[in-house]
Amino acid sequence: MRARVFVTLKPSVFDPQGTTVAEALHTLGYNAVKDVRQGKYFELDIDAPSSEEAKRLAGDAAARLLANPVIESYRIEVDS
Amino acid sequence: MKFAVVVFPGSNCDHDAYYAAKHVLGQQAELVWHKDTSLGGADAVILPGGFAHGDYLRTGAIARFSPIMGEVQKFAAAGGPVLGICNGFQVLLEAGLLPGAMLRNNVLQFRCEHVHVTVEQTDTPFTAACTAGQVLRIPIAHGEGNYYAEPDVIERLEKNRQVIFRYATAAGEVTTAANPNGSVNNIAGLCSEQRNVVGLMPHPERACELAVGSADGLVLFESVVKAAVLS
Repeated sequence: MRARVFVTLKPSVFDPQGTTVAEALHTLGYNAVKDVRQGKYFELDIDAPSSEEAKRLAGDAAARLLANPVIESYRIEVDS
Repeated sequence: MKFAVVVFPGSNCDHDAYYAAKHVLGQQAELVWHKDTSLGGADAVILPGGFAHGDYLRTGAIARFSPIMGEVQKFAAAGGPVLGICNGFQVLLEAGLLPGAMLRNNVLQFRCEHVHVTVEQTDTPFTAACTAGQVLRIPIAHGEGNYYAEPDVIERLEKNRQVIFRYATAAGEVTTAANPNGSVNNIAGLCSEQRNVVGLMPHPERACELAVGSADGLVLFESVVKAAVLS
């Protein structure tokens, strides 16, 4: 089973990389892009009996290692 | 006095710290591999600078799960002095031994230069030989030293006097221009609530002899020896 974990900086945390990417996009003329937030994406190939179990396991992994709760939040999707 | 310097795969200031403790200060020092499960009876522990595990995922994120970190946690909980330098500071943050997290420098550059920091508090084992307000000139070398914590955490740190070092001018003025990375309140170093765990981004171990441009960092190592004698 495949779980996708999206890790992003919390809205309250300044993202210097995202800001720089946004500025670069503006230089290229993409002025419709108002803001950019950069994050991380993980694909976990999980041996689990159900998608609920895979999601629980991915959530545990995200909370303990993949994301730092001080600055980041995460979202999980599981292919059934 | 015996120092244990933890070596993670990717540490690159471990020998500088070892040299400062052993050869500059004349104390005992031992390098301890991250997979070891004993600190060898050390009186003080140093988590050195570098790029533990290549800084993969986040700085310090993998290193905090190294087997030796269980011993470092126990040593810190028992009141033992622990110093995290640069990447070592980042490991302490990930391990929850100090609060907060590091973001990419606000300027996005890897900053590698001598900076000035003020010593804000002298009641920690690593600043006991300093004078309050003393200005130290020591180098930084990091891409992720932009200290961040939620406003209520910052408020608590300030109230408990846990901010130990701040980026400042040579005259000791804490200004925005003197902040090399965007850290909240110019924070360059912190201590734990119990004050025995200290983390800082600048590299005192790279400033222990005038031959390398500054000996201002030596006072941190002298402090822990002094604190050990007093305790």
